[in-house]
Amino acid sequence: MKKDLNRQDQPELKTIKKISLTNPDKIYLDNGIPVYILDAGTQDILKIDLIFNAGTYFQNKPLVALSTNKMLIEGTQNSTAYEIAEKLDYYGAHLETIPGKDHASITLYLLNKHLEKLLPVLAEIINKPVFPEKELKTFIKKAKQEFIINNEKVKYLAKINFDKIIFGDKNQYGRIADLKDFDNLERNFLIDFYKKYYTTKNCKIIVSGKINNKTIPLLNKLLGSNKQNAGYTEESKPYKIEDCDAHKHFIKKEDALQTAIRIGKPLFNKKHPDFIPLQILNIVLGGYFGSRLMSNIREDKGYTYGIGSALISLQNAGYFYIATEAGADVSKKAVNEIYKEIKLLSDELISQDELNLVKNFMLGSFLRSIDGPFALSEMFISVLEYDMDFTYYDKYLNIIISITSETLIQLAKKYFTKETMFELLVGK
Amino acid sequence: MINFEKFTLDNGLKIIVHKDTSTPLVAFNVLYDVGAKDEQPDKTGFAHLFEHLMFGGSINIPRYDEPLQKAGGENNAFTSNDITNYYLTLPKQNLETAFWLESDRMLSLAFSPKSLDVQKNVVIEEFKQVFLNQPYGDVWLLLRPLAYKVHPYQWSTIGKDISHIENARMENVKAFYKKFYNPNNAILSIAGDVDIENIKKLANKWFATIKKDKKSLRKLPVEPEQKSPEKLTVKRNVPFNSIYKVFHTCSRREKEFHTVDLLSDILSNGNSSRLHQELIKKQKLFSEINAFLTGGIENGLFVVCGKLIKGISMQKAEEAINTELDKIKNNTIEKNELQKVKNKIESTLVFSEMNVLNKAMNLAFAELLGDLSLINKEIEKYSVVTKEQICEQANLIFRENNCSTLYYLAQ
Repeated sequence: MKKDLNRQDQPELKTIKKISLTNPDKIYLDNGIPVYILDAGTQDILKIDLIFNAGTYFQNKPLVALSTNKMLIEGTQNSTAYEIAEKLDYYGAHLETIPGKDHASITLYLLNKHLEKLLPVLAEIINKPVFPEKELKTFIKKAKQEFIINNEKVKYLAKINFDKIIFGDKNQYGRIADLKDFDNLERNFLIDFYKKYYTTKNCKIIVSGKINNKTIPLLNKLLGSNKQNAGYTEESKPYKIEDCDAHKHFIKKEDALQTAIRIGKPLFNKKHPDFIPLQILNIVLGGYFGSRLMSNIREDKGYTYGIGSALISLQNAGYFYIATEAGADVSKKAVNEIYKEIKLLSDELISQDELNLVKNFMLGSFLRSIDGPFALSEMFISVLEYDMDFTYYDKYLNIIISITSETLIQLAKKYFTKETMFELLVGK
Repeated sequence: MINFEKFTLDNGLKIIVHKDTSTPLVAFNVLYDVGAKDEQPDKTGFAHLFEHLMFGGSINIPRYDEPLQKAGGENNAFTSNDITNYYLTLPKQNLETAFWLESDRMLSLAFSPKSLDVQKNVVIEEFKQVFLNQPYGDVWLLLRPLAYKVHPYQWSTIGKDISHIENARMENVKAFYKKFYNPNNAILSIAGDVDIENIKKLANKWFATIKKDKKSLRKLPVEPEQKSPEKLTVKRNVPFNSIYKVFHTCSRREKEFHTVDLLSDILSNGNSSRLHQELIKKQKLFSEINAFLTGGIENGLFVVCGKLIKGISMQKAEEAINTELDKIKNNTIEKNELQKVKNKIESTLVFSEMNVLNKAMNLAFAELLGDLSLINKEIEKYSVVTKEQICEQANLIFRENNCSTLYYLAQ
């Protein structure tokens, strides 16, 4: 056996050098829809994202944005819901419809060899949906049952009610649906919403994967000829926050074995100069497995299976939150420890060791988040929404590399103060 | 097509290397051939609790996560009834840190009493969060013992009962480690832009000095053939009734597996599938319906389950499921329908080869199943399945005497 192997010391590390991303090519279809092209990867596959400014932010009544998005695949002028499903399944495609807060997207994953068969289906879904009454009824029944089940989960209750607390229940980000909204939903609301927001000029397309010389001409042929809903204009939506006066909230849920905890506050979005530095502070606090919250509340105290924090960016706002589920008997202690960790960020400089670790972790994490064509396209979409491009990440990496503990403690004092935090507990 | 090279160290550690030059990351996966099925009936949940303890420091390295994060890496692990699998990804230039960390915890653990105490609490909270504090969360705690009377698949990886975790002692932990965490009971797979000669060098440096131990022979009790229907009805604080019907079927290793897998796809993979169309869309009896295989290394279960629309009786819902199962038993599969599920499988497999971590995990698991080359023969195995074979399996599986039914009712 070799005696000279040093198992105590970590093998020498090489820091990650500058990573630069090439912006995708941008072209326009004949009808003016911009298409961003990310040609990358090894597999002969494709992802096509259609993104509309049609999130819940734009709806006048709860559930309308979600239902419009989800019902696109439930029947068109030419095909029934079954025929659409049958075609997508037959060619091994996967179609996702995701209604977000700001945007609603339709994403198609497919093998390149089936592009010709699948693009007409995608075009139909986007251009000619009819929102059949019969399918809508089934959809509502199903969605209502899911909603009722979700309301049994402390984590879900905490999530939606927290938005209401920090943004206010009249705010587009804060308003939440209740049971009667399901019964009041009408087909006309969907048609109206579709016409206003699923328009050609409100659409962006991102194509990622293996692009060949047929890809773009086909896209143009199927998605570029129609000027969809050209005569309609969207309403402008003034934005106003009306958060609660009270900072501490509690929702009783009998028989809950664990209490869901959310602590956080409204902030700003990616365009604010403090956003990236705050992301680093957020990682220190609760953004990775070795974070302070995990180390203290899970790995030292064993109060929870997991705890984390996040900084969320929206078009008109942003927010920060910490979330966990802790045993009912220890939830108060967990809350105290959370505040202790928040306060510590303002009281003590982060050590050089810890900061270096976080920097290296974030750089590695960045590599993971751009690995493969689909990951790359997600990263692109998340800046495109703010009219930015990959140069944002040059700034991101530079700030990670150069930030100091002194800057971070100033930010903690400015933003992470206990008095400004909102707190919500859901449990016994 | 996944290229690979395999070699074995003198201590029995099997190593598989897959080269993919398209990524700056390397995936490093260590599979230990131990799962919940290897636990004693009075100490269940142990394999999973142990997985948590593997992060509590090893003999020379006090903390596992810190150095990995310093190297820009990220890791996790999971325990199933069959295996315990540890995986990480990190930038390729820091690959050696993965060797250093994983070899040290294969060599020996720190066995810190504090880590044991804390992780017991963490796992108890996990038990509550995932199984007890969720609507329908305890379904598998009920179904497994209903379907398996003697085989250790009768308990979930989390364990039968919280008390088993509470009662775990350090001496149990040490014995478990000694028995199962040996190089000859592990498979290491590495995928990324790596050089095979360099991997051999590093493997020899870090893993070759770890002593092998005697491989304990697995003698699992054999589940006798089910002779009569099993039924259980429970009432819980949930909003809607649901039904679960589980049937004994083959294991992942048997040649019929691909046939049975396609059978489950015809029933419920995708919105155009039979159960979705018939029971959700046409008859409007269910809000959710699914059919899937548990897919373990030992004989598994074919599961059909659904949540009922409010107001629909259990009897009506169950009859509708049975009618669909009868239809497929009567050779009603159409040519297009079979081609559709085969196409879906093809695309699922192509997509699963997109990332190195997936590929590393799949390679290690294929090796455990007994034939690494099978990883590139999956599409072919599915493509040769005929509708007659599927029908034959349907008749073999969907028998009343082979079925355990759980009525999970709203209070």
